[in-house]
Amino acid sequence: MRRWLALAAGVGICALAPLVLEQYKLYILSLTLVYLILAIGLNLTLGYAGQISLCHAAFMSFGSYAVAVLAPYGVPFEIGLIVGVTLAFGWGLVLGFPALKVKHHYLAMVTLAFNIIAFLVIRNWESLTGGSYGISNIARPAWGRLSFQSDRAYYFYILGWTAVVVASAYWILTSRWGRAFRAIRENEMRAAVVGVSLRNYKLMAFAIGAAYAGVGGALFAPLVAYIDPGAFTLDRSIQFLMMVVMGGLGRFEGPFIGAAVVTILPEALRGSEGLYLIIYSLAVILMMLFMPKGLVGIWDGAVGWLGGGKEVPSTS
Amino acid sequence: MTDVVQLFVAGVSIGAIYAMAAIGFVLLWQTSNTINFAQGEFVVVPAFAMVLFFVVWKLPFAAAFLATVLVSTVLLGLVVKEALVNRLLKMGVLPLVIATIGLSLLIRYSLQQFWTPLALPFPAVFSREPIRLGTIILSWEELMNVLFAGVVIGLLHLFITRTKLGWAMQAVAQNRNLASVLGIRVSRLVTMTFMLNAALTAVAAVLIAPIYLVKYDIGVAIGLKAFYAAIIGGFNQIRGALLGGLLVGVVETFSAAYISSHFRDAFALVILIAVLLLKPEGLWGEKEEWA
Repeated sequence: MRRWLALAAGVGICALAPLVLEQYKLYILSLTLVYLILAIGLNLTLGYAGQISLCHAAFMSFGSYAVAVLAPYGVPFEIGLIVGVTLAFGWGLVLGFPALKVKHHYLAMVTLAFNIIAFLVIRNWESLTGGSYGISNIARPAWGRLSFQSDRAYYFYILGWTAVVVASAYWILTSRWGRAFRAIRENEMRAAVVGVSLRNYKLMAFAIGAAYAGVGGALFAPLVAYIDPGAFTLDRSIQFLMMVVMGGLGRFEGPFIGAAVVTILPEALRGSEGLYLIIYSLAVILMMLFMPKGLVGIWDGAVGWLGGGKEVPSTS
Repeated sequence: MTDVVQLFVAGVSIGAIYAMAAIGFVLLWQTSNTINFAQGEFVVVPAFAMVLFFVVWKLPFAAAFLATVLVSTVLLGLVVKEALVNRLLKMGVLPLVIATIGLSLLIRYSLQQFWTPLALPFPAVFSREPIRLGTIILSWEELMNVLFAGVVIGLLHLFITRTKLGWAMQAVAQNRNLASVLGIRVSRLVTMTFMLNAALTAVAAVLIAPIYLVKYDIGVAIGLKAFYAAIIGGFNQIRGALLGGLLVGVVETFSAAYISSHFRDAFALVILIAVLLLKPEGLWGEKEEWA
């Protein structure tokens, strides 16, 4: 019940926000939604299935470049998005393969290497991606007469996709799949013994996370209207990782909190200039030390307090 | 032919430095399951310390060098272990990964913010006078780097294979619980490994500073190369990290010279991915059991 209330409140705020927010703040809010989609994907891969990915920015780039490259040929945005998501999903499967054979730290390395290679390819494949000059004037979607050109309209367009992603992620996690992912995370050997097909689920956890990143990337490109290789670096992937960890790994609420904090915090700390990254990294270290479950811990406390101090059952 | 020999020596020279960082990285993994994402910054901090002691305060080289190793060992070895690792060690691999990523960002941007965003030049430690062997021209710097790194790695090897503490380290690496049952103080050994790693990175820093210049963000490249080296060679073997470091150095030098400096890092990555796909335990590593 409480969850539905929170959901209704969230949807209400998101729907009404554009009426009161000025242009720049609306942009920040749109960006938060895009990051939320990416964080949900990563939370699925890392939080639920326990497989680290340091190449979410690379998966994201498939979506962004698919949309940006195809748009000038008159290809509708949605087709570009599907192409990008398919590419991300496919590469997710390919990268997921080593995950079948090797342990944790190797996967960190494979994905890290993949992000660097993807960056190098984007920067050097000038005929397709425009190299370091990037691609500008990326068109926003339009359905016949209905155009999502204005910032406000495009915000609602992103909001629509966010709803699709949140709903599908919720469906995946409450289905057989979600239970299998968690079983793998808790104890691989035990999961295998009780008949969870490690091979398929591990691959799928990785590929679905990648596909969500593709969706986020596709929405990102028209939002900022200009993309270049610098938007898809390893640092960006690490930022997504921090986002998910900050929010709370393996918790459905985690990515919401993480995406909001990581997008809004730099805006709040804008006055402090270069200090932002120092404060941020310090916060990450302190949080690992004293609040390893993420900010969702505070959220639990607040909800518990509102609900008369009852313990909130964990979804993980 | 002369080109090939010269490039090879240059590659081995830089590779020997990568190898030192990689060996420290592997030691940390073995004794404490720490994947140190701040390994690159562990080279940058002593490099800045060396600039402070040697260039700014103008201490004699040997004194500055010793002070740098000391600072690094205390700060990056003892303090990091006691303040950060102790608490996180029991929580598994991931929290430590995230914490070391945080630590690397903290070090990098603190140096940029509070010291300088510019590259600091660093005087050559060894003479850059050329040595001519027939048509082949080498530099003292390259040869001394190899020699210096070789001596340090050799001493480390003797320490691990010939002393009681070294044996204890090997025991902890093989089975931490069993080692502690046998009366080895595991926590203290892990501290020692962190200090050993910090000393190694300090030596690497002093050797690499004249080549890379000293800048707040060079740790990113150095850290990545240490990773590549450790994985290519084998994550659980010192000899593997040594081999991997040399390989990364040589491949990088050759591909920058003959193919394209744009893709200078890409070839090491291609080898890395091939190794991960075909022989995930590394070229010279041993298979790890399921944990």
